[in-house]
Amino acid sequence: MRLPLLALLAKEPAHGYELKQALEQTFGGAYPSPNIGQIYVTLGRLEKDGLVRAVDVEQSNRPNKKVYYLTAAGRERLETWVDEPSEGPRVRDEFFMKLVLAPLTGVADRMALINRQRRHYLGQMRELNELAAATDPANRVAHLLVEGAMMHLQADLDWLQRCQEEMA
Amino acid sequence: MSGPEPVVRTVNLVKIYQTGGVPVTAVDGVDLRVDPGEFVAIMGPSGSGKSTLVHMLGGLDTRTSGEIWLDGKRVDTLSESAWAVLRRDKVGFVFQFFNLVANMTVADNVELPALLSGATPRQARERREYLLGALGLAERADASPAQLAGGEQQRVALARALANKPSLLLADEPTGNLDSRNTRDVLRLLGEVHRDGQTIIMVTHDARVASLADRVVSLLDGQIVDDGAIPRPVRRPRGGAGDVVELRS
Repeated sequence: MRLPLLALLAKEPAHGYELKQALEQTFGGAYPSPNIGQIYVTLGRLEKDGLVRAVDVEQSNRPNKKVYYLTAAGRERLETWVDEPSEGPRVRDEFFMKLVLAPLTGVADRMALINRQRRHYLGQMRELNELAAATDPANRVAHLLVEGAMMHLQADLDWLQRCQEEMA
Repeated sequence: MSGPEPVVRTVNLVKIYQTGGVPVTAVDGVDLRVDPGEFVAIMGPSGSGKSTLVHMLGGLDTRTSGEIWLDGKRVDTLSESAWAVLRRDKVGFVFQFFNLVANMTVADNVELPALLSGATPRQARERREYLLGALGLAERADASPAQLAGGEQQRVALARALANKPSLLLADEPTGNLDSRNTRDVLRLLGEVHRDGQTIIMVTHDARVASLADRVVSLLDGQIVDDGAIPRPVRRPRGGAGDVVELRS
């Protein structure tokens, strides 16, 4: 969560609760709503690393609040992050390990593993369909995330089929 | 036999093609039972016999041996013309390639099967309006098929297949030409007609479509290697797509 917070602070200084709200508004339901504690812990670490700094702002009738802003080092870190290519997701290593190893141990045959995994993926796809139906159509970011997840799942299923053709 | 009369039942169904010198077994002893209201997705690699199977179920291809029963009636022994009547009354078809009647409007293409199977003009029109509306094609009703994009023609073909509320909808890669948004319309309509009790057998490699089904049948080398329910989500998604992204702290 470090870099998303840096990105939000690059726009304008903010306190922890504002950052939480900004994350929720940007990503809608597609974001695992962070709890405020996580946000403060992360901000503390960023501050320790010199990427953000905090100032106390006085409030009437309430305790001071800490407003965070980005330092030059923070901006540099953010720019590096934006500029560098991101790692793509890898294949489902754990299932592949099972698939390769299970028959050797005599605990399951590959056909059964693949069939079970296919049904499981289709169940997950059903979940994503329901999620898409329940997500506000206006929130394009959330829909794109769901769509991306669906495409990955489709690739997993296609690959599973290849495994079945070759190994089962 | 237990339970309701199945809409489809096959017994040791076999199809061997002998086009060149070597006979090729496309479907190799398939026993399939589909009950009323079930939605079955058929998956498998290309050449696994999926299309051949649904073609035989619709009488578009003859079986080499075995039995096919539709609504309790044996149909693999029927003549070509008896099959034509059966399809008109009971079976809707939608393929990746859509055979719309070129010199009729979209509306007439969709209404025709309903009229042929005995619906009144008013019933046919209402059904057509519902189906085209659900597929986002209401304003294309007066167009001719040639004026439509591929994805639109495909959706018209789906509307036509559903026009006479067939006891069985057979589909072979019905979303093959559709972009994401049009696929969503098709998914919604299929979900709706399925909830209304439509029996569906669908060949698809598209997991979004397959995940709507109650059951997935997997074919490999002409044989059923898996046949079972698609698990329902165990938990409701927590308020949103929270599982979709992973945060690293």
